[in-house]
Amino acid sequence: MAGNKRIMKELGEIQSNPPDGVSISLPSESDFNVWHATISGPSDSVYAGGNWKVEITLPKEYPFKPPQLSFKTKIYHPNVTNDERGAMCLGMLRADEWKPPNKIADVLKLVRAVMAAPQPEDAVETSIAEQFRNNRKEFDKIAKEWVNKHAK
Amino acid sequence: MPAAFVGDEAAEPVTKTPPSTRKRKLVDSITTSATSQPPATIELPKRKASKTTTASVHDANADAEQAALPATPQTLSSDKPMDSDDDLNSVASSGMLGEAMDDSSVDFDAADSDDDGLEDFQDDESAFESQPKDLRPAKKAFEVDFNVYSPGDIQHQQDRQVEEVATLLEQPAEQTAILLRFMSWNKERLIEQYMDNQEEVLDKAGLGANMSSNPPRLEAIDGFTCDICCEDEPGLQSFAMNCGHRFCVDCYRQYLGQKIREEGEAARIKCPGDGCNKVMDAKSLDLLVTSDLTDRYHELLMRTYVDDKENLKWCPAPNCVYAVECGVKRRDLTRTVPTVNCDCKHAFCFGCTLADHQPCPCALVRKWLKKCEDDSETANWISANTKECPKCGSTIEKNGGCNHMTCRKCRHEFCWMCMGLWSEHGTSWYNCNRFEEKSGTDARDAQASSRKSLERYLHYYNRYANHEQSAKLDKDIFHKTEKKMQLLQSSSGMSWIEVQFLEAASQALQQCRQTLKWTYAFAYYLARNNQTEIFEDNQKDLEMAVENLSEMFEKNTDQLAGLKVDMMDKTSYCMRRRVILLDDTAQRLKEEGWTFNVDLK
Ligand SMILES: [Zn+2]
Ligand SMILES: [Zn+2]
Ligand SMILES: [Zn+2]
Ligand SMILES: [Zn+2]
Ligand SMILES: [Zn+2]
Ligand SMILES: [Zn+2]
Repeated sequence: MAGNKRIMKELGEIQSNPPDGVSISLPSESDFNVWHATISGPSDSVYAGGNWKVEITLPKEYPFKPPQLSFKTKIYHPNVTNDERGAMCLGMLRADEWKPPNKIADVLKLVRAVMAAPQPEDAVETSIAEQFRNNRKEFDKIAKEWVNKHAK
Repeated sequence: MPAAFVGDEAAEPVTKTPPSTRKRKLVDSITTSATSQPPATIELPKRKASKTTTASVHDANADAEQAALPATPQTLSSDKPMDSDDDLNSVASSGMLGEAMDDSSVDFDAADSDDDGLEDFQDDESAFESQPKDLRPAKKAFEVDFNVYSPGDIQHQQDRQVEEVATLLEQPAEQTAILLRFMSWNKERLIEQYMDNQEEVLDKAGLGANMSSNPPRLEAIDGFTCDICCEDEPGLQSFAMNCGHRFCVDCYRQYLGQKIREEGEAARIKCPGDGCNKVMDAKSLDLLVTSDLTDRYHELLMRTYVDDKENLKWCPAPNCVYAVECGVKRRDLTRTVPTVNCDCKHAFCFGCTLADHQPCPCALVRKWLKKCEDDSETANWISANTKECPKCGSTIEKNGGCNHMTCRKCRHEFCWMCMGLWSEHGTSWYNCNRFEEKSGTDARDAQASSRKSLERYLHYYNRYANHEQSAKLDKDIFHKTEKKMQLLQSSSGMSWIEVQFLEAASQALQQCRQTLKWTYAFAYYLARNNQTEIFEDNQKDLEMAVENLSEMFEKNTDQLAGLKVDMMDKTSYCMRRRVILLDDTAQRLKEEGWTFNVDLK
């Protein structure tokens, strides 16, 4: 199948040359469609000092359908659903914007970029987005509290 | 269906900016060469599969009524078939939607691309073979003109337009189809841009000069690695459009399969290249789309045609394959409620595609449904008027002005304002330390107005919901009607035709309740003035007519035969009251004679 060679190649590349602040592991040696990433908070952001476990699920149609992202560590962020799914879905992660040549490494770079610069106009948590826009101080405070509580 | 409005945005600039004379002539020639008939404001007779009708909601059961009411021709005069050319002409002069539409849809001379459908059928020889009795005069203010098309008709329309434009652009039909799809079927815009810059248009649609000299083909390129599947074996067949994003054929096919089968895209699939927005041209698609996808692909192309046209919409009924054409535009929806009747018998609003909601304009329907859905006022009222006892938690409703509350359950005494212990307040609530005279008055006012507005909402909502509920009950009765009819036939010796008065009555009840239901949403948003009374009188008259019929309808089968004449009278009276209400309301809406307490835009 088209997917396997591609997935193995991506995995090899990302393990030998991971994007900044990211490390990858496979939770199961027999399932190459679930990856675990550990993402460190960008240094100049409110998330600095924290580490987040993110599960990446490659659908069986991968790379014709985008991977799905799930934050396993809680994060206070307008673009991540504040529930047990911890889903993020924006930019190339959307089905209509995803292109098959896009790589998981690109996705992980996007995730760190969105951590550094939240995109309230694309929010899944509207009240967090509103706070991010109008009461940045309070947003920063809670986000940092969550880092200390969950991501350390 | 917001997608259907895409065509609106696309078409707007064209109708606002008149084309240059040169182009205008060119466009005019399409109309004149294509038709020997004068431009007309009527819909033309149709070929077998399509139906040309005036949007009388009676249509669904007109036949039944006519069978049931042979001796009362005065009852449904608007539904009477026309049988002379004079009638036909009078329709032509009466205009499609009256003055309300004069600035837009009836302007055929401007070769507005939205009118293509009508023009297309004028030169259709077979069109004139159909029976003129299908034409009904658009006499009532609440009726709009529309046509129903089968998938075959739609295909035929597309082919016809392609033919016309192909002759004009001197391009083969196949390429013209690509160009038209590329331009969202906006014929005039295509012609205009084509005249301005032929090369650019061809290029953008994927038909550029280097395309014809160098048609899309598969290639095996040395040292090529597919960036999607990472295959690099020698001789791997690959494909790229002129943007240069090259992938192996298998990946291309899988990509197209995903888009066509899963995402329902056809006319505007983008190059799979990262960040590339180039739309895949039809030639490349023909080369790559596998045979198992071609049917679906062509079906999607056809859907695109209807979605692109502002004057066409798919019937929203499940499994219905028909499309309806109507000249009412989105901007007209504040002045008209365009109910159309599909050949599948489903009556729906051409503006919003919800089930028929006359006399209530689309904007009010949206607001009303939203309101009923979140029922927010009920919640507001509850929060403004009840509190929980600070001690035992049971809900306490405040029903007097006194703030000294005593919980019925635990006898706890507390202050309504601050929820504090009453004993700390001394002898009267004036001592409540958090109470300010001003805010207290405001709170009381807010409370009063909240309750009042809730009561008003509930008044209309209860009546709206009652008709919705009754219509469902009536429907159950309708299903029993058939059984009744059979019983009636055997017990009274009446023929099937003769017992159809029951079916007519049942359908009349359905329609009238549907109308009544929406009159209450309409009335809720209606600002009170002297016109409101006329509306309320009409509403009351229809209510009474419906209740009278409904009551009679539930009589025992053995009594029914004797009630035939009476029931027929009541049925036609109901329908008459309904027409009067709808006509009067629509007339005033058209003249912007109603004042609403919300914005219709
Ligand atoms: Zn490939
Ligand atoms: Zn490309
Ligand atoms: Zn239908
Ligand atoms: Zn509507
Ligand atoms: Zn209590
Ligand atoms: Zn108090």
